[in-house]
Amino acid sequence: MAALFHRLVDRRGEPVPFTIDGEPASAQRGDLLITALLLQRTTLRRFEFGPAHRAGFCLMAACQDCWVLLADGRRVRACSTVVEPGMAVLVEGDGPG
Amino acid sequence: MRAAEALARAGLKPILFDEAERPGGQIYRQPPTAAGHTASTIYGFEARKAEAVHRVLHDCGDRVDYRPKTLVWNLFGRRLDLLTGDGHATQSFDRLILATGAMDRTLPFAGWTLPGVFTLGGAQIALKAQGVAIGRRVAFVGAGPLLPLVTHQYAKAGVEVVAALDATPFSAKVAQVRGLLAAPSTFAKGLWYTARNRVRGVGIRNGVRALRVEGGERVEALVWRDASGTEHRVECDAVGASFGLRAEAQLADLAGCRFAFAAELRQWMPERTPEGRSSIPEVYLAGDGARIGGADVAELQGARTALALLEDLGRGVDRGAVARLDRALARQARFRHALDAAYPFPRHLVDAIGDAEIVCRCEGITAGTLRQAARDREAGEVNRAKALTRVGMGRCQGRVCGEAAAELVAQASGRELERVGRLRGQPPVKPIPIVVAAQ
Amino acid sequence: MSEQIKVDVTIVGGGIAGCAAAVALREAGMTVALLDKGLCGAGASGVNFGGVRQQGRDVAELPLARRARPLWERLNDRLGEDVEFHASGHLKIARSDTEMAELERYAAVAAEFGLHLQLLGTNALRAELPWLGEGVVGGSLCAEDGHANPRLVGPAFARLARRLGADLREHTEATSAAPTGTGFETRSAELAIDSRFLVNCAGVGAGRVAAWFGEDVPLTPQVPNMIVTEPLPFFITRSIGVCGGGVYLRQIARGNAILGGGAGWGDATATRSRPLTEVSLAAMTKSLAIVPGLAGAHVIRTWAGIDGQMPDHIPVIGWSSTTPNLVHAFGFSGHGFQLGPVVGEIIAELIVQGRSASPLAPFAIERFTTASPVARPISVAIEE
Repeated sequence: MAALFHRLVDRRGEPVPFTIDGEPASAQRGDLLITALLLQRTTLRRFEFGPAHRAGFCLMAACQDCWVLLADGRRVRACSTVVEPGMAVLVEGDGPG
Repeated sequence: MRAAEALARAGLKPILFDEAERPGGQIYRQPPTAAGHTASTIYGFEARKAEAVHRVLHDCGDRVDYRPKTLVWNLFGRRLDLLTGDGHATQSFDRLILATGAMDRTLPFAGWTLPGVFTLGGAQIALKAQGVAIGRRVAFVGAGPLLPLVTHQYAKAGVEVVAALDATPFSAKVAQVRGLLAAPSTFAKGLWYTARNRVRGVGIRNGVRALRVEGGERVEALVWRDASGTEHRVECDAVGASFGLRAEAQLADLAGCRFAFAAELRQWMPERTPEGRSSIPEVYLAGDGARIGGADVAELQGARTALALLEDLGRGVDRGAVARLDRALARQARFRHALDAAYPFPRHLVDAIGDAEIVCRCEGITAGTLRQAARDREAGEVNRAKALTRVGMGRCQGRVCGEAAAELVAQASGRELERVGRLRGQPPVKPIPIVVAAQ
Repeated sequence: MSEQIKVDVTIVGGGIAGCAAAVALREAGMTVALLDKGLCGAGASGVNFGGVRQQGRDVAELPLARRARPLWERLNDRLGEDVEFHASGHLKIARSDTEMAELERYAAVAAEFGLHLQLLGTNALRAELPWLGEGVVGGSLCAEDGHANPRLVGPAFARLARRLGADLREHTEATSAAPTGTGFETRSAELAIDSRFLVNCAGVGAGRVAAWFGEDVPLTPQVPNMIVTEPLPFFITRSIGVCGGGVYLRQIARGNAILGGGAGWGDATATRSRPLTEVSLAAMTKSLAIVPGLAGAHVIRTWAGIDGQMPDHIPVIGWSSTTPNLVHAFGFSGHGFQLGPVVGEIIAELIVQGRSASPLAPFAIERFTTASPVARPISVAIEE
């Protein structure tokens, strides 16, 4: 998939393996979840009230646009959450509920 | 942090609650600790100031009780409700300084909910805190000094900036030159950014009217009208767009602080004396969280507010320091007044919002729905408009849509913006996990 | 200089009952003026849980609730807008055998009023509602109960009243009302209304209005404490309550779950209210026990409002005990929403026909104002 973000500063941080809809992905230590996701895709979640997708907006935990669902049922705000090894993000899945 | 520092120096031990993991707020936002490096050269001119601010807490040591990753989500009487890593906690206080900062002031435009559209502040944070760009071919739109700054920062970092559009007229800036010279070094910096931008071929276009983002699943192009009405189209894969700043004043609202409408800014903000006192005796306000003043003003206000608090506690304060701060703040106020006039709120963009455009991003409420409620359902006040249309009922509780919603209600109902009112806040100021109750 | 107007009926209070009364009176050809201290429908009518519920009511209210139920079916057409009424069914949960016995007893009583409740054991409940938490031994389901959007109903009634020619004055607090020789004079800061009839449906302010006529009633403020979550995938298919009250929750089609229970804070003048953290956290905990699937959700807003409550938890509806041509309708004690449309009709009936088709004896103000108040039979389980 195309990506939104691209790296200007390669921190060459430790790789952080995680998954997106079950597919393996990799980020760098110190990446926020929004960065980890948007470096390899253009969306974070499905919009609840229409056919669209969302990909965040303010990056400062104000607009609340970047909440993502994890496979364990937790919802986290991608711009204020550092990506952790093993995080399983669901973008297209509805998840538990 | 300057307030905490001043209080610590006076022998008090303030508790500093910070929602973030590391100090710096947004203007001096640091990358996450896990990223393993400190402020980069991306700060440019501000690197020295950023480092100084970041060092404040370090130098204060245990004289300031710093509580990072702590969200203050409610205030009732003299008690704060906190969300920490361990769940819910409370903190009572005798005195409280709110320095809750600002966020971008946003306006809807066609295509603004497409993936790839971020605020100008968001574009800057991506760079500062993560070393990433929001796209490879980026367009910026603004109505404030953040526009030339972010344009400069991105271009300097090697990103292709395909357009930098100012929704305010050039003439407004020319008219304010005298006032802007009240803060000559800031003014010079602004000129520097402008010059550098031009040299790089990213001259800022002023007086931009109407804009529209095109794309199927993501940003593909930006279309705008220039001051003469000519339409332009530029292909891009990301847009950073916002129009000034607005105070994050939700806790001041919950504290019961009185708010006033600033007609020239078309915004509501909590009342604040120059020394930092609010209408509630125990509550003080400093920085952009009360009224936008910028980083330098925030540092001065933080210190000045702490001195007002100390005076109110019956402590002696250094009158020389007070006088110096007051003079610096007065000079900054003249600058700020001119800057606000140099970048007037682009009301023409409100007129350009089509009925089909989404105004409330969280709930997907369109301008047409809002206008119809104002015209036909007697929703001439913004909280009534919210009750009837759901605007402002989403996760952000009106941060992004509230001002635009009020403008649209004013327009459609024919009432003055001030009479339309402001969205009233309730706790929590940000979403809290329901499981916090069980922790 | 005050504006002076003259109408057949003055209504003090623009909640659902008052605005529905204005509608019914206009349809009967009466001229009507209505005063509300704020915006119509923004008081208790607008901040409540939104339950449209017959089950669980005091038997005195059941005839009114039964009469109100078909009005909800037709409400969108009547009002000209969608007030989001949905007959989701209301399930009252029992968490012990004692509670289940209580539900069984109430079901038998309700049947006498034509309200059919379906009693369900654990297995039947789990089969239909797998998302129910542990500790549920059974429940009582009223399939025709449901919920609606309280923020829409009052304002929609107000707009209908206006369209029908009622003179609605918002941001107009009644400062006094008194009998004249021929009726009443009701005043606000800039208005004087001369009318033949007066209706007191002023919510938590109704006690003050009643006192103007020498009727001191034990009306006290009641502050509902409400919570709403972010939108979630829809799965809570019934509106939920528990035997004995304490917590109630529902999920709307858009996905937000609305939770309530307990009392928030109200100030002494009953004008300001705030949700209380401990109360909200308690309701969240109780809700999680009943619906564990809410565990991943975030609460995005809490709110409170002010309702008027009576010591016996049923309203005052009917003629004044001191003053002819004065009708009272207040003290709905946290559960007036479903009754609002029918209370409006009843108020109009009293004024236009001199009597109501519904039995109002239990709601008489005399039970509070006479020297030896009439003893009421012990009421059936009440909640919320």
